[in-house]
Amino acid sequence: MQIQTGLEAGVEGALLKADVRELDFYYGAFHALKRVSMPIYDHKVTALIGPSGCGKSTLLRCFNRMHDLYPGNRYAGGGIVLFPDDTNLLAPGVDPIEVRMRISMVFQKPNPFPKSIYENVAYSLRVRGMSNKNELDDRVESALKGAALWNEVSNRLKELGANLSGGQQQRLCIARALASDPEIILFDEPTSALDPIATASIEELITELKEKVTILIVTHNMQQAARISDYTGYMYLGEMVEFGVTDQIFIKPQKKATEDYITGRFG
Amino acid sequence: MLKAADLEAIRAIIARAKRWDLFFSLLGILSLMVGVLTFTVLFVDMAIQGVPRLSLDFFTSFPSRRAENAGILSAWVGTVLVMMVTALSAVPLGVAAGVYLEEYAPKNWMTDIIEINISNLAGIPSIVYGLLALGLFVYYFGFGQSILSAGLTLALLILPVIIVATREAIRAIPQSIHEGSYACGATTWQTVSDHILPYSSAGILTGVIIGMARAIGETAPIITIGALTFIAFLPTAPFAGDPPAGLFEWIFAPFTVMPIQMFNWTSRPEAAFTVNAAAAGFVLVFMTLAMNGLAIYVRYRLRKNIKW
Amino acid sequence: MTASASMPSDPLPLGSGISDRLSKKASRHIKERIIEALLFAAAAFSVFVTIAIVYVLVKESWVFFETVPLSDFLFDTQWTPLFDDAHYGIMVLLSGTLTSSGVALLVAIPLGTIIAIYLSEFAGFKVREIAKPFLELLGGVPTIVYGYFALTFLTPILQKIYPDLPGFNLLSAGLVMGIMIIPYVASLSEDAMRAVPMSLREGSYAMGATRLQTALWVVTPAATSGIASAYILGISRAVGETMILAVAAGMQPNLTFNPTEPGATITSYIVQVALGDLPHGSIGYQTIFAAGLTLLLMTLAFNLLGYWLRKRFREVY
Repeated sequence: MQIQTGLEAGVEGALLKADVRELDFYYGAFHALKRVSMPIYDHKVTALIGPSGCGKSTLLRCFNRMHDLYPGNRYAGGGIVLFPDDTNLLAPGVDPIEVRMRISMVFQKPNPFPKSIYENVAYSLRVRGMSNKNELDDRVESALKGAALWNEVSNRLKELGANLSGGQQQRLCIARALASDPEIILFDEPTSALDPIATASIEELITELKEKVTILIVTHNMQQAARISDYTGYMYLGEMVEFGVTDQIFIKPQKKATEDYITGRFG
Repeated sequence: MLKAADLEAIRAIIARAKRWDLFFSLLGILSLMVGVLTFTVLFVDMAIQGVPRLSLDFFTSFPSRRAENAGILSAWVGTVLVMMVTALSAVPLGVAAGVYLEEYAPKNWMTDIIEINISNLAGIPSIVYGLLALGLFVYYFGFGQSILSAGLTLALLILPVIIVATREAIRAIPQSIHEGSYACGATTWQTVSDHILPYSSAGILTGVIIGMARAIGETAPIITIGALTFIAFLPTAPFAGDPPAGLFEWIFAPFTVMPIQMFNWTSRPEAAFTVNAAAAGFVLVFMTLAMNGLAIYVRYRLRKNIKW
Repeated sequence: MTASASMPSDPLPLGSGISDRLSKKASRHIKERIIEALLFAAAAFSVFVTIAIVYVLVKESWVFFETVPLSDFLFDTQWTPLFDDAHYGIMVLLSGTLTSSGVALLVAIPLGTIIAIYLSEFAGFKVREIAKPFLELLGGVPTIVYGYFALTFLTPILQKIYPDLPGFNLLSAGLVMGIMIIPYVASLSEDAMRAVPMSLREGSYAMGATRLQTALWVVTPAATSGIASAYILGISRAVGETMILAVAAGMQPNLTFNPTEPGATITSYIVQVALGDLPHGSIGYQTIFAAGLTLLLMTLAFNLLGYWLRKRFREVY
């Protein structure tokens, strides 16, 4: 286990949960990620910011191998090392399904399955072969509590997930991701489809969640990154321009490009 | 923190789930193979039985009591003539209806009824169209058991196919093309005739070919209107008689078509006629396959070439 | 799409009128209206077809039911309209229709569904690009050819397995009919599954689900209404299929639900009568319209069921 040097000024005693090492990624012929390196610290919130098309979502979707679903995508070098196993998630021998069981994801638009609220949360457990009713009940309840949704839905678990409001749907998706006790949860612009009040509740939830789990979040909203993250990476044109403790990135960025983007002079 | 034992358990679960994945993949391929195999066996069996019978004589002889002398001359001529009537009536009507529904129809109950009605028509069994034709064309309009009756019957049958194909082809044209045309000051009809129809013609053509391929093989409605099965003469050649009445003499002629000829031979007990049936079936399948293949090709070209 | 953008309801208080060049040209307007009327007539023609179908069937059946009481039609257990001792129990034909359709659907629904799931969720782009047109070809083969195949190829094979099987039987016809229907079920179900948004699949895969788990637990439930429509189409195809049965199942009216027996269906009875030489207006002639009306009502019921299912299970993604 190693700690990136140069960041001691940030959060003390942070352990590495994962480490992106010189990762190259292609969509067909398009070079989408160029030798990207970045540490992910355990039980911290790490945010990825940058203009659209910069590769931040692409990088996020490498963590749970979502790119494997589509032909033409190619991990072309480097990797993502997960700790404490010290294994490269992108190595050809690693099973993407196993990766996804350990690293969960919440999407940009809430995408509850056309099932009941209960079954939505139980899904990630059923995929793991869990079928004991009592155990499922317990885990669903604690996941819904973890996602701050239990109080609102405890008496309507049989209703369709799609009947919930947008913010509730997104919390349902967070509960679904939480239920299986993942090591990392990936958030892909989780509030971009939500109104400000729902956004605030999701942000609060994310801050609470880091007690339990490591969080990596892509956001198009710099204020959001500043509010909720411990570390921030700024990406541009497939490269990691600057990575550091969030306060440092926002207050005194080391690079001119970062400063231009943060202060809105970009473009 | 993940324990090694947990990881082992997860891996066992994944391995089991993946075995089911593999099992289902095989099941899927197997199911596809049932279709592929049936089709191959059907085609090869018919070819083995029928192809030796295919000679020039077979195409230029009338049906006969003696199997070895019998041919499909009246059948294929009848099919060509019936298809002409079908195409001439169904294509303009179907395309016009499709254009109306896509470009003109207001959102009201009338349009709703027409739309629901068309999808309903598509689900009515072909033999019911035969009954309609028997009551309406044959007796009420007095067309008799003629090429006209048969052609119109099949036209009604494939009308929904053509309407749906037209609508889909038009819907594939982006809104910006419409707007561009209207912005130039074109009327709705100018937009339709100068832009919509030319740009959607390949898609409409695909639908027309598929509809015609279906009509060629339809047997039941034509039997229902009482098509004779033993026709040892040809109708007068289209548009060849003395004008004006003679021009259309052919459409009132009695006739037979390929599938009826095949049905007739299939229902004979003698093996020699079964061979004839196989030969006629082979020709029929070849015709429908060629048409369907053409439609698939047109669509494929369309998808490759069109860039909006 | 409206033909002309409407003018603002309150004309601006500027200017004194419409200049010559901006006024609607009457001639142009009339031509447009005529064309629109013609196109409307073409679209409305389809409604006329439906009305004509109902009119013809009801009119001829009416005459029929003046002679034959409805109760006899529904409850008599014999169908012998051409005998001296005539009986008109539609149940007999219905049993043939239901038995052959049952056999066909036992083939078409499982195989069609499996193929749909396979093509939509498992197969690669290449396989799908080849398999879909092939399925279309399979659906495009004339049914008379399938009938020939059932009679001359499948029945002899089945007779090797069950030596007692008669030369005409509902089993062989039903099996081939099932294969004929597979493309309809598979193609429509696949369309429904493909319409399920990718975000749902991603949500499932992101939880670590396999393809099969995603297909069975997320995609199929989300596509229920479309798959139900596909099944209903398959059922109406089976019920309305004519030539396979006329060729391979014999046209012997037979009140049975045993597929290894020969039997007549509603459709094959109509063919049988049409092949004969019944005088126009005789009771025998009218039976085929009564049978046809029964068939129409059945398919109508399936269509309505389809609408209801689509409404009931319409998915909001």
